[in-house]
Amino acid sequence: MSELYQEIILDHAKRPMNKGVLPDATATVEADNPTCGDEVTLQLKVADGRIEDVKFTGQGCAICIASASMMTRAVKGKRNDEAGALFQQVHDGVQGTGEMPKGELGALGGVKDFPQRVKCALLAWEALREALGMRKSGGVVTTEEG
Amino acid sequence: MSGVSGERMVSLCPKLGFLLDSRDMHSPRPLGAEIRNEFPVLDQLVQGKPLVYLDNAATTQKPLRVIEALSRFYERDNSNVHRGLHELSNRATAQYEQAREIVARYLGAPSAETIVFTRGTTEAINLVANSWGGRNVSAGDVILLTEMEHHSNIVPWQLLADRTGARIEWVPVLGDEGLLDMAAVRETLARRPKIFSFVHISNSLGTINPAPELCALAREYGVTTLIDAAQSAGHLRLDVAELGCDFLAFSGHKLCGPTGIGALYGRAGLLNAMPPWQGGGDMIARVGYDKTTFKTAPHRFEAGTPDIAGAIGLGVALEYVDELGRERIFDHDAALAREAYTRLEGIPGMRLLGPRETRAGLVSFALEGAHAHDVVTLANEEGVALRGGHHCTQPLMRKLGLTSTARASFYFYNTQEEVDRLVETVAKIERFFSK
Repeated sequence: MSELYQEIILDHAKRPMNKGVLPDATATVEADNPTCGDEVTLQLKVADGRIEDVKFTGQGCAICIASASMMTRAVKGKRNDEAGALFQQVHDGVQGTGEMPKGELGALGGVKDFPQRVKCALLAWEALREALGMRKSGGVVTTEEG
Repeated sequence: MSGVSGERMVSLCPKLGFLLDSRDMHSPRPLGAEIRNEFPVLDQLVQGKPLVYLDNAATTQKPLRVIEALSRFYERDNSNVHRGLHELSNRATAQYEQAREIVARYLGAPSAETIVFTRGTTEAINLVANSWGGRNVSAGDVILLTEMEHHSNIVPWQLLADRTGARIEWVPVLGDEGLLDMAAVRETLARRPKIFSFVHISNSLGTINPAPELCALAREYGVTTLIDAAQSAGHLRLDVAELGCDFLAFSGHKLCGPTGIGALYGRAGLLNAMPPWQGGGDMIARVGYDKTTFKTAPHRFEAGTPDIAGAIGLGVALEYVDELGRERIFDHDAALAREAYTRLEGIPGMRLLGPRETRAGLVSFALEGAHAHDVVTLANEEGVALRGGHHCTQPLMRKLGLTSTARASFYFYNTQEEVDRLVETVAKIERFFSK
């Protein structure tokens, strides 16, 4: 029905991976998008500069949840700097200013043709950036400016 | 309606606050498909499919007559108002003030002096909150609103409450049917809030509030009333005397007029007792270095060069709407909405909001397993323009346990075939997400 909603995205949206609470998290970040009502709480367990575990809870549109699910799968086990680089690649890719990563994350690339949905795709990734300490704003992320 | 030639047959539907007037029945122009050629924007393909524009509660499309009025003004008469002594300025002023008279007639207001041009409903409510509120509301006072208000009828009052130390009370909305809790209305009015400001037709539920009854109750307790008529002005015959309100606000762009123009009605006597809220040219009588005196209403509330062409376009739009007949428009839109409601109800996982009976021309819904933004994005792929989101009613959405809904809102150029397209599209989206 749409370029945007590829099979892989619908699968992740319906059966998200790594959904739940991480009792021994070292970082917890809440992110929201008030316009859509999308909300994601992301938890990381980082040890020795590596993401040992990651989980999220939240609600949102298919793009938002699929992106969160795919993100957790992609960054689990990665070094912080590798996850940070992946953030940047997805950040640029969904806005059409760079190449999307190879593999299933590539399915998010369709978002670039839907400017109003970029925020949905990036919500969990913005939370990741916050959780990795790449941006300092006190543990709360919002995609709304001002 | 036959056999009463020339005589005006009026019947009042008091619960809903609009008049049924036989004048509109005499020479009805066709609505629906046959009027679409007067709206150039409707004739286009979106995503390769004929556009189905069902976002009329956000803004309506403009007929050629309004578009031409705007360009005619700029081509022939453009000039500033109330200032020049030359021909063009006289023409512009005459047309601008004539538009004010059209607005007054449209609302059944006693005179043009009760009509202030504003940028729209939002600015009109801000005007009242600032000017009337600043003078009449103080610490400990209560401002009464309902839980179904648009942000434009919430935030100006919150700002006023913050400034003055007043507090806001809310009339509850009952369940998904979205009707006001009338017992709570009586109870809260009895505590004599300073003002009761309420929406006539809810933009996110389609509820039609019983405005005359609400105003009459408020009057019993000496409570000032403001009706947010943004969604009703283009669909219901409004008569401020029958409604019994102190203030009424509406926007031109939701009834075929241009964006950026609307009006505030203020009951005779009220406006002149209110201080200006914006200062500048055109609103003053005499300016000195130490003291300035102001014009009477409505001009004291219109600082600076107004949207002259917009006001003229609004006047043309109102005459156009009345030529079609607001009762006929209401019947047309409500029939489409009822049909959409009934047919959407058959789709699995469908949750419909707003009253089952007596709803305005819109349908708001949530589809289980599909976020409203996904629904709207996919509907767009089919050429169907819906609104998805919180509809600027975030507190109401939270109360209903929703973050957003998808909404189809109708106007008189929408057709039965478009309801078919809507229902087919939503059914297809449901299948898409449930497979």
